[in-house]
Amino acid sequence: MSRIFPIIIKEFIHISRDFRTLIVVIVLPVVMLFLYGFAINMEIQNINMLVLDHSNSPESSSLIRKFSGSDFYTVLPFDGTEAEIETIFANREADMALILAGDFAAEHARSPETTVQILIDASDPNAAQAIRNYTNTVIQFYNMAHGAKPSFEITPTVWYNPSLKSAYFFVPGLAALILIMISALLTSVAIVREKETGTMEQILVSPVRPVEIIIGKVVPYIILAFLDLIIILNIAYFVFDVPFVGSLGLLIFCSLLFIFTSLSLGLFISTKARAQQVAMMMALVATLLPTVMLSGFMFPLSSLPAPLRVLSHLVPARYYLVIIRGIMLKGNHFLQLLPQVLALAGMAIVLMVVSARKFKTNLEG
Amino acid sequence: MKFAPSNQPYDTGNFAVFTKNLEKQFGSFTAVKHVNLAVEQGEIFGFLGANGAGKTTAIRMLCGLLLPTSGSGTVAGFDVWRESEKIKQNIGYMSQKFSLYNDLTLAENVEFYGGVYGLNRKTIKEKRHELLDSLGLTASAGRLTRDMPLGYKQRLALGCALLHNPKIIFLDEPTAGVDPEARRNFWELIHELADKGKTVFVTTHYMDEAEYCNRVSIMYQGEIVALGSPQSLRHEYKKASMADVFIKLVDK
Ligand SMILES: Nc1ncnc2c1ncn2[C@@H]1O[C@H](COP(=O)(O)OP(=O)(O)OP(=O)(O)O)[C@@H](O)[C@H]1O
Ligand SMILES: [Mg+2]
Repeated sequence: MSRIFPIIIKEFIHISRDFRTLIVVIVLPVVMLFLYGFAINMEIQNINMLVLDHSNSPESSSLIRKFSGSDFYTVLPFDGTEAEIETIFANREADMALILAGDFAAEHARSPETTVQILIDASDPNAAQAIRNYTNTVIQFYNMAHGAKPSFEITPTVWYNPSLKSAYFFVPGLAALILIMISALLTSVAIVREKETGTMEQILVSPVRPVEIIIGKVVPYIILAFLDLIIILNIAYFVFDVPFVGSLGLLIFCSLLFIFTSLSLGLFISTKARAQQVAMMMALVATLLPTVMLSGFMFPLSSLPAPLRVLSHLVPARYYLVIIRGIMLKGNHFLQLLPQVLALAGMAIVLMVVSARKFKTNLEG
Repeated sequence: MKFAPSNQPYDTGNFAVFTKNLEKQFGSFTAVKHVNLAVEQGEIFGFLGANGAGKTTAIRMLCGLLLPTSGSGTVAGFDVWRESEKIKQNIGYMSQKFSLYNDLTLAENVEFYGGVYGLNRKTIKEKRHELLDSLGLTASAGRLTRDMPLGYKQRLALGCALLHNPKIIFLDEPTAGVDPEARRNFWELIHELADKGKTVFVTTHYMDEAEYCNRVSIMYQGEIVALGSPQSLRHEYKKASMADVFIKLVDK
């Protein structure tokens, strides 16, 4: 046991003196989060708004004129059914719809708390968020022009992502990406580097057991990955206002499981590769691409071609995304996430057993 | 794990290293062929051979890093098949590749190797002072290893391999690439160790270094083709230097 500590300490010294590792560990997560968070903030120029005016009153016309008078909206009068709106959104012929009920004028006269219904095409969450803000502003102006305190509010109902922030989508994905990169890529490179330079042989000739070497090599990266998780969650919560509905303890437990699965993948790679460059390439191919493309991070899994969808079952991030989104946004509890937890645990065990065996025989020739 | 065919019991005596028909195959290629050795305690035993002769492979089997394909052997009285853990506690080893960490300071390297050999902190501290002092490196303790000349690094690596006070030391080409002055310094260290009763098993492909050894074996394509003291070998092959002996053996 006491032989594990020198290995851990040494690994931390390596990390602290290696510029590239420090960048990957500290700078990368922060930069990635802020890049995604702010650079994606696109400019909204022209909002095509369908208007279903069931009221046909002077009051409703007045509100509609507020929109058509602004630079941002193109008003498209529409008298179809609400079901047809979906098709129009899908064809990208409109970005939003304003629905004014038949009793709009009466309600407005009776109570200032009248509600208007707004539908926003949220396939681009950033755009949807911006549209919602603009629309809100226009309605506030209308209210003030009528000398009222806020007389009615829009109350969009979007399940699980009520304010339509894209941070909700990219934070879990980035968390998965950063954790798996640190755990799998850095660990495998750190082990293969010692094989390449010959120091692994020097350690193996000491009475240290292979399992002690493995533990000593992976513990520092568990700690680093965990620190990054804390950084990511804090930025998500305090900078991007991603809410946290579920249990923090459960998220940490599941994240540790995901880190463990990723480390097992890194160990597995280190038993296959003999050179650092090879390990790095293998780790990138095994982590970066699948995590971005095949986990549901960038593209919904349902949009993948069938063979890739089958392949995605082998991508740990696929399960972790369900877990982290489920806990943060929906407040899922453990039993609801059991299939994902079991999938990650199963992968970790298989990879760990295979690589622990291989780790030994590999060094015996 | 499979065991070597042990037809007859053999007498390992008090030899530091004893092997009988030790053999290692990689696939269909035999890197080490039926090697028989008996190295006395306190002896400086040279393991000579050209590149690819099988020196490193043989040493790895003796150090418990590789299992033999067949044959048998003991190191410090422990069986190479079954007792590699005990062997590891009783030997020091300097691998052929440079064995210190370049991005650690000299002191950190010493502390690390002391740690993996399970020495306690107090002992490590003492040994660190002692070792750096004996090499005149106390002032450089905080310098990164990569900034030191190779000759110093190799002597420090030897010191690290000796921290746990092993009886037998295996050195795989410790002087490769080192300048002649530093090579002589290194061999002085080896002689000091032998004077303290340690067995030194050292490989080299510098034939002139054979003269520093009590006995040498010359390895050629996995086989030991000659074994004896440098004087007796020169005498036997009627050559003036070990280099000439080697050329004669390899050319035949
Ligand atoms: N793990 C391995 N798998 C396959 N072949 C190997 C392996 N290790 C060594 N060999 C081969 O065995 C032969 C002997 O190698 P070895 O390293 O023991 O030679 P050496 O005498 O130490 O040479 P050098 O002076 O270059 O260090 C070489 O042909 C080498 O390619
Ligand atoms: Mg060699």
